[in-house]
Amino acid sequence: MAGIPLSHGLLVAVVLFALGLVGVLARRNLVFMLMSIEIMLNAAGLAFIAGGARWAQPDGQIMFILVLTLAAAEVSVGLALILALYHRLETLDADAADKLKG
Amino acid sequence: MTAAFYVSAAIAVLSTVMAITRADAVHALLYLVVSLLAAASIFYVLGAPFAAVLEVIIYAGAIMVLFVFVVMMLNLGQAATIQERSWIKPRMWIGPAALTAVLMAEVAYVLWASRKGNFAGANVIEAEQVGIAFFGPYLLAVELASMLLLAGLVAACHLGRGDERK
Repeated sequence: MAGIPLSHGLLVAVVLFALGLVGVLARRNLVFMLMSIEIMLNAAGLAFIAGGARWAQPDGQIMFILVLTLAAAEVSVGLALILALYHRLETLDADAADKLKG
Repeated sequence: MTAAFYVSAAIAVLSTVMAITRADAVHALLYLVVSLLAAASIFYVLGAPFAAVLEVIIYAGAIMVLFVFVVMMLNLGQAATIQERSWIKPRMWIGPAALTAVLMAEVAYVLWASRKGNFAGANVIEAEQVGIAFFGPYLLAVELASMLLLAGLVAACHLGRGDERK
């Protein structure tokens, strides 16, 4: 089995990361911004997997599992913050939360 | 297997584009699940079956279900979708998309320069090797990950408890 060119795998990761970055920059809804951050984390994991597959070492998968742990912790805290903000401000607009006091 | 990689990559990119442009949160989440499943099949083609399984179980399963639960708890309804649609203007996408496209083109140029002789996925790395490496040289990382998850648990518990001063 010849495998995939490493640059193609990394290119997919870069395209997904860029799409996630556009989502964070362009959307105003907090839920969609958090989803775009998930897309970016997943793209980073894909880059790690591609790198680990290139040198046939398990380290890429280990870094992917650590990224997965980070994503799980991040999304639970982020969603809890979104729920708290929604109960307080009655909106999901990111611009409405620019005054942190009260 | 090579064709499977390109098909999965196309599905992942297309469904991610759909996910970041939808106005309805549930539609976007379902497209995101498709994108993550496509990423899982990319992992499988690249010779990482353990990571592919974890992607399906944890990412497409647990994390996305958490999102769906929160969208259900927010109980947004039709009015939120209409408001979201008014926020998504084509004019708002031009600036971020142009800047990100420039950054993406730079990385693509660097990858183009190093395209020869690098092939990924010729060997399959089984879960056994990953586990041996995890509980050998990476044992400290496992402990740190458990601390991170504990911190996330405590923070989510504290934030989700609500405001008791009211």
